[in-house]
Amino acid sequence: MTNPTSSVATTGSPGSRALGLATLAGLVGLLVLAFVLTEPDVRIHPSTGQEIGQFDAVRLLYLHVPMAVITYVAYSLAAFASAGYLIKRTPWWDVTAHAAAEVGTVFCFLVLVTGSIWGRPVWNTWWEWGDVRLMTTLILFLMFVGYLALRRTAADPRVQARRAAVVALVAIVDLPLVNRSVEWWENRTLHQKSTLGELKIEDLTLFTLMVGFLVFLMVFSWLLLHRFRVGWLTLAAGEHQVAAAIKERRAEADGSGVASAVGETS
Amino acid sequence: MTHLGYLLGGWGVAAVLLTVYAVSVVRRGRALSVSVPEDKRRWLTSQNPTDD
Repeated sequence: MTNPTSSVATTGSPGSRALGLATLAGLVGLLVLAFVLTEPDVRIHPSTGQEIGQFDAVRLLYLHVPMAVITYVAYSLAAFASAGYLIKRTPWWDVTAHAAAEVGTVFCFLVLVTGSIWGRPVWNTWWEWGDVRLMTTLILFLMFVGYLALRRTAADPRVQARRAAVVALVAIVDLPLVNRSVEWWENRTLHQKSTLGELKIEDLTLFTLMVGFLVFLMVFSWLLLHRFRVGWLTLAAGEHQVAAAIKERRAEADGSGVASAVGETS
Repeated sequence: MTHLGYLLGGWGVAAVLLTVYAVSVVRRGRALSVSVPEDKRRWLTSQNPTDD
């Protein structure tokens, strides 16, 4: 088959490039806020007078918590688009669900890893199997890994999309459990209750956390945009291959028809 | 600064993984674009045109 194109194209566009540049600038700003401008978490114990707190390990807050929230956003979008696909049955919903699930799984993996790294100095453990939030998050991650594995199976694309949409809708049931686990099973988790809900932080720490939410939302949006375009390209490439194969077969059939007609007349 | 190793580990693994993933997505897009006709390249920006 001949190459249908004469140039290489990228999934970038003026809008996505502007978003990419703004994201990079935001990341630099977040690093300055997180590592230079904010103070470490140091408090004085009221009875012993000793310094207590998370010290500089608190700077992982500006990374771990925004990424956890983005994981919620990504998986919620994947489930919403999956429901949209089951109702509308159009590729746009399926490609959106697949892109959100893949990017969300990258974020979820990072939430687990950075949480583990943060847990070592603060809780004195890398992992706690009895912690409800850790386990529900791990289950959520594994279910979406299963979703992505299902997308790689050699099934009819429409069947695959339908099955994946059902898996996403089943997996998303775990999301409220992850979020509410610290309230519902507060004696079975090392995690504290919602930091923001009870406003335990303030001033520059709160501002930096908000900047973290915004910057990681921009990172997510940029990745989602490009991953969606990759999914759309995959569809377009598949359709082009099918159309080219049909055209080739028709040309072969026409050629053999002409040849046999020439053979009959000679 | 206390806990420097943990900070570098946490922020470092996030930076590396997100960068590797972003690059892999862009490269997948570029590789796929070759097999798509130019009139079907919705949202895409052409690079290095050879026919003009």
